[in-house]
Amino acid sequence: MTRFVIPLVVFAVLVGFLFVGLRLKPSEVPSPLIDKPAPAFQLTQLHKPGERFGVTDMKGKVWLLNVWASWCVSCREEHPLLMELAKESGVPIVGLNYKDQRENAVQWLARFGNPYALSVVDAEGRTGIDFGVYGVPETFLIDRDGVIRYKQIGPLTREAWQQHILPLVKKLSA
Amino acid sequence: MRHVLLALLLALAWASVPAREAPPAAADPALEARLHKLSTELRCLVCQNETLADSRADLANDLRREIRDMMKAGKSDREITEFLVARYGDFVLYRPPVKSTTLLLWGGPFALLALGIVIWFVLLRRRARRVEAAPLTAEEQRLAAALLDSDPARKTP
Repeated sequence: MTRFVIPLVVFAVLVGFLFVGLRLKPSEVPSPLIDKPAPAFQLTQLHKPGERFGVTDMKGKVWLLNVWASWCVSCREEHPLLMELAKESGVPIVGLNYKDQRENAVQWLARFGNPYALSVVDAEGRTGIDFGVYGVPETFLIDRDGVIRYKQIGPLTREAWQQHILPLVKKLSA
Repeated sequence: MRHVLLALLLALAWASVPAREAPPAAADPALEARLHKLSTELRCLVCQNETLADSRADLANDLRREIRDMMKAGKSDREITEFLVARYGDFVLYRPPVKSTTLLLWGGPFALLALGIVIWFVLLRRRARRVEAAPLTAEEQRLAAALLDSDPARKTP
């Protein structure tokens, strides 16, 4: 009897491992920054090079920080959704223009539309490193006290918005 | 012939003039060596099976620059590693620390080895018992001997 049971059990375990393993997304590394204060930065704005912006300027608001660049192909993918959210969600979106050329970035926004309340320039990618950015686009949900609550790696999707971000926004704004 | 020889000699003389040394890749080779050593222990987030030292990804370049700056500022390897772990998590380390979440990772192979040894042991014992368990009875012995003797090929000369 065990002669048949043992291979069956081994097979079942293998299937179990594969079932879980094949659904994991190894490219999405959990961020240690979740529920930690967003790293402080003071960066110049994209459209107003004379003015600076930092996390503290958004105190009291629940907002999104979206890391984007004109060279980033996947940013095009999430762009329509960002436009829609900017119009309808009431959640301000701040852009972190990551390792980009100012004129390219401005042109990109003029061409496809600007969903951002404002964008800041991280030409060297240092602020990106502070936020643990490794794959543009990335989006962070930051609460009223400047604490990171959620991180989306890769393009923002409607699914992620509805299942993860929107419920959090509601909870944090309450 | 003489001209050819002369030309050859001249060519050889030219070749023996030492080439100008290539400019060093960085101002401080000791620092670069330290950077390389540390970055072979760190994982590149973009191409996850490459070390930070090997990766040509943009982010890897930036991170090496960041590490180099920190080294110049007198930070220890430990402080630099902590800087990266705070931003990217334990995943950047090729040698993750032993924690409750990494216990399976560290202990798993040993647990499997122990399990294998136990199974092996049990199987060996079972097999030993099986061999012992079937001695021939006296009757069977006699029968076997008779059969062997009746075989014409085995007739003793």
